[in-house]
Amino acid sequence: MTGSPEIQTRFPDLHPAFTSQEAAVEANRCLFCADAPCTAACPTHIDVPRFIKKISSGNLRGSAITILDANILGASCSRVCPVDVLCEGACVMHRFNREPIEIGRLQRFAMDAFHAAGADLPPLATAAKPVKVACIGAGPASLSCAAELARRGHNVTVFESRSFAGGLNTHGVAEYKLQTPESLREVDFIRGLGVEIRCSEPIDTAHLKQIAAEFDAVFLGLGLGRMEPLGIPGEGLSGVVDALRLIADYKTAQTIKVPARVAIIGAGNTAIDAANAAMRLGAERAVIVYRRTQKEMPAFGFEYQHAKQEGVDFCWSSKPIRIVGKNGKVAGLDCVRVKPNLETIAGSDFTIACDMVVPAIGQSRSLALAASLQGIDTSKGLIAIDRATGRTGNPRVYAGGDIVNGGREVVDAAADGKRAALAINEAANA
Amino acid sequence: MRDLSVNFAGIKSPNPFWLASGPPANCADQVMRAFDAGWGGAVWKTLGEPIVNVCSRYSSVDLNGQRMMGLNNIELITDRPLEVNLREIAEVKKRYPKNAVIASLMVESKREAWHLIVKQCEDAGADGLELNFGCPHGMSERGMGSAVGQVPEYTEMITTWVKEAAKTPVLVKLTPNISDIRQVARAAAKGGADAVSAINTINSITGIDLDTFVPRPNVGGYTSHGGYCGPAVKPIALNLVQQIAGDAGWSLPVSGIGGVSGWRDAAEFVLLGCGTVQVCTAAMHYGFRIVEDMIDGLANWMREKGFKTLDDFRGLSLPKVTEWKHLDLNYKTVARIDENKCIGCELCYAACWDGAHQCIHMDRAPAPANGITMTPIPKLDAAKPTATPLARVPRVDENGCVGCNLCALVCPVEDCITMQQLENGLPHESWAMKTEAHA
Repeated sequence: MTGSPEIQTRFPDLHPAFTSQEAAVEANRCLFCADAPCTAACPTHIDVPRFIKKISSGNLRGSAITILDANILGASCSRVCPVDVLCEGACVMHRFNREPIEIGRLQRFAMDAFHAAGADLPPLATAAKPVKVACIGAGPASLSCAAELARRGHNVTVFESRSFAGGLNTHGVAEYKLQTPESLREVDFIRGLGVEIRCSEPIDTAHLKQIAAEFDAVFLGLGLGRMEPLGIPGEGLSGVVDALRLIADYKTAQTIKVPARVAIIGAGNTAIDAANAAMRLGAERAVIVYRRTQKEMPAFGFEYQHAKQEGVDFCWSSKPIRIVGKNGKVAGLDCVRVKPNLETIAGSDFTIACDMVVPAIGQSRSLALAASLQGIDTSKGLIAIDRATGRTGNPRVYAGGDIVNGGREVVDAAADGKRAALAINEAANA
Repeated sequence: MRDLSVNFAGIKSPNPFWLASGPPANCADQVMRAFDAGWGGAVWKTLGEPIVNVCSRYSSVDLNGQRMMGLNNIELITDRPLEVNLREIAEVKKRYPKNAVIASLMVESKREAWHLIVKQCEDAGADGLELNFGCPHGMSERGMGSAVGQVPEYTEMITTWVKEAAKTPVLVKLTPNISDIRQVARAAAKGGADAVSAINTINSITGIDLDTFVPRPNVGGYTSHGGYCGPAVKPIALNLVQQIAGDAGWSLPVSGIGGVSGWRDAAEFVLLGCGTVQVCTAAMHYGFRIVEDMIDGLANWMREKGFKTLDDFRGLSLPKVTEWKHLDLNYKTVARIDENKCIGCELCYAACWDGAHQCIHMDRAPAPANGITMTPIPKLDAAKPTATPLARVPRVDENGCVGCNLCALVCPVEDCITMQQLENGLPHESWAMKTEAHA
């Protein structure tokens, strides 16, 4: 699975790579704070000033290893992390009336240099008693867990139902943030650490039971399920494509053009990614329809600003009630205005003329598989874990990523996977 | 209107900014363009027997992305025929009678040779002569440059020879590559010099190519020690200028050289007694146009301070340099941190603990538990406060603070850490007073 030139042209890097001189200048702006707030803000606690100092000294290998020792997915995180609310948001430069250090781009610079030099990561001290661990799902949480275990000499197998590993990094991140080949490069790097990744192997309840019996520990990095349906008439019409499907389709170049008018329902980060994608794939108008107002939108502020720059329209306080069809195809979206308490305002119906409707109101949670294992608490709609270890109610089963946090960022999944790996390693050598 | 004009040992110039003898003052075209840009004078690239130069010639020290904090050169004196230089000096003086043109000279240590070149330069119209006893590279191996300047007797002897022939003022340019610059300055004065210039460049190896192991600049796989200059050398130059100008009984004018890049540097050299300043590296880095702000900035600063002429502030800082033994041991300052300006970088804390006296503490509020961090979701999670959390604002233990300044020096925020004088009511007491009392 490689990038399509057409898609690469339409989705150039939002934050382009630094040249080495740009990186040196930016790295030299870093104050090298003691006990740095950027490090505390990073879910994987990358020692940010340390890796930046190494860029300014020209020790790029040391810089990359500093990053990878904290976060094995340092390459993809450098591109997909919402740095504005994480490391860069915590930068003391904000209080200095200055631009924060561009930590994400510096991290990418170090990681690109590392991969260009052959991606040779030194091994860690090997565990005295290696164990066999299965990771279910090959998204960021599992890959992080698997890599951390493999670096310590454990025997790890990752099971993935899709034909390519990487999870949302491969299939679901906007191309201008992370290109699919970049995600697959990271997957290959993790394979190179000794992790066996078995793609196209969907796991059912019976198979999971068998795995649990066969392996010493199991990590559930299941992620979330498909996008939730809207639950309104007309969802079966041709031209209704959910946001994750739209993103996966254009990333694999199965979709390179969308119709002229696109309505996206929901105002989270994925909705924004889908709306921006629609604009770049030829839409004349992409409109985000949201029940509440901008103040309540779940998307990050910088994502909202980005969407406005891309020309996306917003239709606030509006609730879709019906997708209108013509000859089996989408022709419009009937909506009604709602009050702040979501009560509909009588007589406020209106129709948004559109040729495509993109539901983006969140992903479903399929917990049946996890619940089939003994001792796992899914009563809150997520897998319950001990946050410090990732351990579920079953002492040999660990979990992390979206299925435990409800859907956050790649870096949160990476942190979950790492904590679980360290706990598994510790338990094995206790 | 501020009057920046100078009469330096009899050499008149519209302002104190002279191009130092070096690559920017190599030929008439450069010197005339420099005068057009506003430079008051130029010390011509050193004249002597023509030489052959090597390639390459310069190397530099960069600091954190800032280019050319220090510059090193292994270029020798002029490589153009003497008659061409003399013809051009005459041409420049004809066209720019109000600007100062000083001929820098370096010939072999023979009385006749010095007498001849002095006459030739003065016939060409030079306003003064500067004897190059300072260049530390190349020419010194042939018994010239710093080889003369490092021996007070040679300095005095050649100065005497020059004075026998010279009708114009004679400046002696001193080398810093010596243990006590006052010895050579006194020798120059004894030989009859009308003024001195200081400092020439400092012996240096600026760096080594870590791939080829050849130090820079690379001349076919080898290097040779060069002369270091630029902003990095200014503190050394100020110190040596102070030693000369503050020497008991010293009365000659001093032309200050060494890292002058702007009007502030110039003001500092004048405050230490200099009559003019000479500039080379900054002109090599940015071109002749930099003199505009040197003149403008100096005039504005003089206006702000109420100085009408350079004489109004020349040497004002000299009495403020004393020997350590006379400093007041009872003068006490402590660091104060303005918590409204503190950005929480904790650089002062790290510096005080590792590099000073362990009296800055991070204890104003309990540090947050080193817990699990998650990406905040706007709808679910509270926004982070924008002000510096108290836990990141350091506290100074004023009883432990020795007033060393280090925290204030490392703090990136202007006026966030200031050193406050503590009135302790104790009288002035110096080491000299203490030891005298016990003697």
